[in-house]
Amino acid sequence: MSGELKKEQVLAIIKNKGNAKEKLLSILLAIQEASGWNYVDKEWAKLVATELEIPLTKVYDVLTFYAMFSTEPRGKYVIEICKSAPCHVAKADSAVQMFTEELGIKMGETTANNLFTLQYTSCFGACDLAPVVKIGEKVYGHLTREKVAEIIKTYREGSRCLK
Amino acid sequence: MSKIMPLISANCGKISPASVEDYVRAGGFSGLQKALKMPPTQIINEVKKAKLRGRGGAGYPAGSKWQQLYEIKHFPKYIVCNADEGEPGTFKDKLLLEKDPLRVIEGMTIAGYVFNAHDGYIYIRGEYAALQDDFQAAIDSAVRAGYLGDKILGTDYSYHLHIMTGAGAYVCGENSAMLNSIEGKVGRPRVKPPHLAEVGLFQQPTLVNNVESFANIPTIMQIGGEKYLSYGTVDSGGTKLICLSGNVANPGVYEVPFGLTLRDLIYDEELGGGPSGQKKIKFFHLGGQSGPCGFLSQLDTPYCYQALRDKGLSVGSGAIVVMDESVCVIDYLKAVTEFFIHESCGKCTPCREGNKQIYALLDKFAQGTASKEDYALLQRLSTLLAKASFCGLGQAAATALSTCLKNLQAEFDAHIEGRCPAGVCFTKQESGEQ
Ligand SMILES: Cc1cc2nc3c(=O)[nH]c(=O)nc-3n(C[C@H](O)[C@H](O)[C@H](O)COP(=O)(O)O)c2cc1C
Ligand code: SF4
Repeated sequence: MSGELKKEQVLAIIKNKGNAKEKLLSILLAIQEASGWNYVDKEWAKLVATELEIPLTKVYDVLTFYAMFSTEPRGKYVIEICKSAPCHVAKADSAVQMFTEELGIKMGETTANNLFTLQYTSCFGACDLAPVVKIGEKVYGHLTREKVAEIIKTYREGSRCLK
Repeated sequence: MSKIMPLISANCGKISPASVEDYVRAGGFSGLQKALKMPPTQIINEVKKAKLRGRGGAGYPAGSKWQQLYEIKHFPKYIVCNADEGEPGTFKDKLLLEKDPLRVIEGMTIAGYVFNAHDGYIYIRGEYAALQDDFQAAIDSAVRAGYLGDKILGTDYSYHLHIMTGAGAYVCGENSAMLNSIEGKVGRPRVKPPHLAEVGLFQQPTLVNNVESFANIPTIMQIGGEKYLSYGTVDSGGTKLICLSGNVANPGVYEVPFGLTLRDLIYDEELGGGPSGQKKIKFFHLGGQSGPCGFLSQLDTPYCYQALRDKGLSVGSGAIVVMDESVCVIDYLKAVTEFFIHESCGKCTPCREGNKQIYALLDKFAQGTASKEDYALLQRLSTLLAKASFCGLGQAAATALSTCLKNLQAEFDAHIEGRCPAGVCFTKQESGEQ
């Protein structure tokens, strides 16, 4: 699965961020974003370890500690539904239901075409728009059934345009 | 008279965020200009007079923190701004970072000058990635205009700012965990002492303050500590950004002077505007998930550090999550506890295991299988977490639980008897069909 990012691309990311140890998080986040499948492959993690001169276990320590990382490929778009208390009282449950029904998958799963992954997240500071989801850096609030259908449609069409 | 007092949020939405020109026209950088002509001890004195308390959650007096670091004669020193904003229900630092980044930069630069620091770091949570580029643009324009970087405003003082990113971990908001994270490590808290003022970032003396705390510094410089204090109460200087959310009519961020009552904040038309639906308000949660819950009998308490403390409440991060009668307290506390289970770093047993046990017990209440003993067990567990956890996360994880156990005991009892007054537990199917 390490085909998507070439060695040179990973090295370019490291070069761009600088190979200091304190850049580890931002390097890994950039790799994850560039991967196209929202994850950090073991081969890339190894490269980072070599370039930053730190043990691979340290890299994995970080990859498994922070919630934003995944070591397994995810969908092209990761839909993160907030389940912290402010969203919970604003009926985040119904947002979950709307997305699972619209996509036909359960929380934590990825659609068969690898386009969407559904997962929970802790609060990301958009409580005034609750219930909210985050897709990449975009935040969508005040969710209704129509809105959810519209969001999914936009991403489906967007990805078709890219091809 | 309006209850809103835009002292530090005055520019938000009114100026172009990365434009130094706009910012200066609105009075920006005049605090820095003034500070650069003052001896550092005098600046610290103004911060002390202002009675500025840390806005990140703990409410530690900023002046005292600055004094302690000033007295340490070991260099280099580092300035760190905590922009991790992970407390659920809190979204006020985001407002400042997004709409008035130059104010945060100015505050951090004044702090840099006080401690003769040459590097400052701002740790912005990974979830705010979209904001990081804009903040960098603000840094770049401040450097170009000579307010930041080498030889600031023609003086001999140089100071550089660096953005560091989080990657999704609430515990990294704890100041020592955050320093570990900035160093590129896993963000688990450090043993204290030594305090961060002695051994902080890269083992050097370090100042950590919250975004909103730094944003207050330019204003304190401009108007002086005494004037700043006068906006608030005798023990809580100035204003606070509060974040209203939950079942409240007007959710959002508001800047208010200390001293208004909780009733004002939640019910006033200009502020919360009361409940969002037809149901009455049942309780509210102050200062984020780690804060205490408040109840209707406490609504007339003034919103300031001491008065809230006297009632067992706290300002915390400024979050106010409002719950109406459709919310079941058991169900709510389960959501709160789930958060702490997820965010516990696993370093110490009381927090790692205790939160799971609390969740299991709450679930018994939700299933209708709990007994009086389970209620007592919850009380014991909440004390245990507060006393035996290693860091602030575990120590505060059961704060909401213990306030609800005390004030909403009848609702716990009802669940023991197999009734859920809010109609949330036992009846999931019916309520789903409504
Ligand atoms: C678990 C935990 C999470 C915290 N999260 C934050 C946070 O997101 N932002 C913040 O400013 N302070 C947070 N704090 C408080 C910091 O440890 C520290 O007290 C604060 O940044 C100091 O700045 P201040 O004095 O200006 O408030 C947290 C503390 C704990 C124990
Ligand atoms: S209380 Fe212990 S387990 Fe919980 S976050 Fe702090 S150090 Fe980690």
